[in-house]
Amino acid sequence: MPNDQQREQAAGRADFAGVRLHVVTGKGGTGKTTVAAALALALAAGGRRTLLAEVEGRQGTAQLFDVPPLPYEERKIAVAPGGGDVFALSVEPKAALLEYLELFYHLGRAGKVLERTGAIDFATTIAPGLRDVLLTGKVYEAARRRGPAGPVYDAVVLDAPPTGRIGRFLNVNEEVVGLAKVGPIRNQAGSIMTLLRSVQTAVHLVTVLEEMPVQETQDAVAELRAAGLPIGGVVVNMVRDPYLPPETLSAARAGELDRGEVVAGLEAAGLGGRPGAPSAAGSARVALLADGLLTEAAEHAARVALEDAQRAELQVLRRPTYELPTLAGGIDLGALYDLAEQLTEQGMV
Amino acid sequence: MSSGKKVPTTRRAPALDVDTLLDDPAMRVIVCCGAGGVGKTTTAAALGLRAAERGRRVVVLTIDPARRLAQSMGLVELDNTPRPVPGADLAGGGSLDAMMLDMKRTFDEVIEAHASPEKAAQILANPFYQALSSSFAGTQEYMAMEKLGQLRARVDADPDSWDLIVVDTPPSRSALDFLDAPQRLGSFLDGRLIRILSAPAKAGGRAYMRVVSVAVGGATGVLTKLLGGQVLRDVQTFVAALDTVFGGFRDRAERTYQLLQAEGTAFVVVAAPAPDALREASYFVERLADEDMPLAGLVLNRVTHARAEDLSAERAQAAAEDLDDADEHALTAGLLEVHADRMRRRDRERALTGRFTGAHPTVPMVEVPARAEDVHDLDGLREIAISLAKG
Repeated sequence: MPNDQQREQAAGRADFAGVRLHVVTGKGGTGKTTVAAALALALAAGGRRTLLAEVEGRQGTAQLFDVPPLPYEERKIAVAPGGGDVFALSVEPKAALLEYLELFYHLGRAGKVLERTGAIDFATTIAPGLRDVLLTGKVYEAARRRGPAGPVYDAVVLDAPPTGRIGRFLNVNEEVVGLAKVGPIRNQAGSIMTLLRSVQTAVHLVTVLEEMPVQETQDAVAELRAAGLPIGGVVVNMVRDPYLPPETLSAARAGELDRGEVVAGLEAAGLGGRPGAPSAAGSARVALLADGLLTEAAEHAARVALEDAQRAELQVLRRPTYELPTLAGGIDLGALYDLAEQLTEQGMV
Repeated sequence: MSSGKKVPTTRRAPALDVDTLLDDPAMRVIVCCGAGGVGKTTTAAALGLRAAERGRRVVVLTIDPARRLAQSMGLVELDNTPRPVPGADLAGGGSLDAMMLDMKRTFDEVIEAHASPEKAAQILANPFYQALSSSFAGTQEYMAMEKLGQLRARVDADPDSWDLIVVDTPPSRSALDFLDAPQRLGSFLDGRLIRILSAPAKAGGRAYMRVVSVAVGGATGVLTKLLGGQVLRDVQTFVAALDTVFGGFRDRAERTYQLLQAEGTAFVVVAAPAPDALREASYFVERLADEDMPLAGLVLNRVTHARAEDLSAERAQAAAEDLDDADEHALTAGLLEVHADRMRRRDRERALTGRFTGAHPTVPMVEVPARAEDVHDLDGLREIAISLAKG
């Protein structure tokens, strides 16, 4: 649920209006791929064009949009509300390297020579740092690519590695700058770092209201800050409906809910048999049900309290925060549009 | 994603009997693997605690534990040294040690063990090595397997040290990275690139170059163009210096791989009832079968349980709406909504789990109920362990 600060943001222009490269990270299991997809949809709304890039070869995007696995090729996968196109790309390191060699060095044949010697395998599998250089390089290229009418993409959304690796992943080109004192690789790495540290980039963090993901979010923010990388918004995903008013929640936690009232309510709802026709079996059933519901309410209230505490932890970060609900039916294309709309309403886009 | 509407909720996987696994004296290594964020480290720690409290002498190797979980096991720093976990009940004659992997230190130790002191110093000072061993991502996988190999060797050499190693795998981009790491390292070390890179820096390099001819010269030229001369020199020095170490490296990688296939090793795949985690688990189960690696079963964490099982989500929701419409019993209506939400969650999880079980009907499974809070202490771990054992 949006708070006042969020409504204010929504009233003005979008929080990340000038950003062209949106990097989305989060702890595993928090739904960063879903959030990245919803963000790409939201950014494409109204006739714009976005690229949703994944770099971990997991084909999460294809599964989400229910399309066949993506090749190493930019493909249109969805139309945004009000016209607008979302393209998707699964960046594959080996193909990225050969493309890179061709693009920057015109190494058509020499690329093949390298492949025969195992250099390509080395670069893309044995030296995972180099793999990250290639992946970030491809994303950089897409973000900077220009056509006759200006930039090809209005925005690029990167479904990035999880929070545990994000600092290293984004900073890998800094390592390269440190290793290669001169030469074309150094220049390329330097340009990538310049884009990543500029106001055109925002690193968004996806979390859920649980201790470990919130802790990791805080750690990642500290790490990104130290590396001089621009921190974007915090997207709190899978927020649960509290269902009960605050006073009921605290009574539930304390085990002080009125059991008699619950029993009466269950009977009124006909869950003990036909109302007005009491039976021993019906009463026993209602009693059991009431106990079950009271236990569930206590557990639910404990959970809501924990979520509130985690929400307070996130506020300490002082970043724009957006909340997305849990979707009982799971995520499908329709759900993605709903989530995209919520991000827009809350002023992220 | 699902093709049919039918929800396969009736299929039951065989039960994973955790205590039998932990009590088997021939069991030496238990590897916990699965997608990130499913509670792998917690599962590894809980299995270790349970085994120790049942009399095993256990060492738990964790890769990157959450701070509070690490604290719950008395781990304060990455120091590669197994230390006793305070608070475990060791009346049954067991013991429990835990350690956090120090990736760079492990790498350094491998170099020091296999190179002459002079060469080791040269390698450790090389900028390429420093970047590779400490700051580039991915070396965790190699080093986790290396450490496992070391621990296993120690267990074999000194039966009084430990009799069970429980390993948590790194939070890889793919859960399979760690499995592939040792083999990949082996194939790389046999590869031509290593020879090319090491050739010019070696004595007699020119003769070697003549033999290997144009392709190699071309490749080196390309590399020089790409990397710049200084980087290539650093890489060459590094590779040449590592050369002597490589034989040992490859042998170790192969031995670790064989160790994973050997009797006395069991894989426990960890998942949560979510599409991604179960997909990754499926992939893993299939892959382990392909590699002849022994799978003990699946631990399904964070499973939603209802306390009033007989009342379906639909019925609860309808009753809540009836009460709301009549504008009475708001408390009961609220509780019914909470219940309906929980039942929907549970039903969805069951459908997802049913899909996994449908594809892998023989994989034993145990469910661990969702908890409101994370594990902060040994009592929390013990509760998880009890759930694991009860199923």
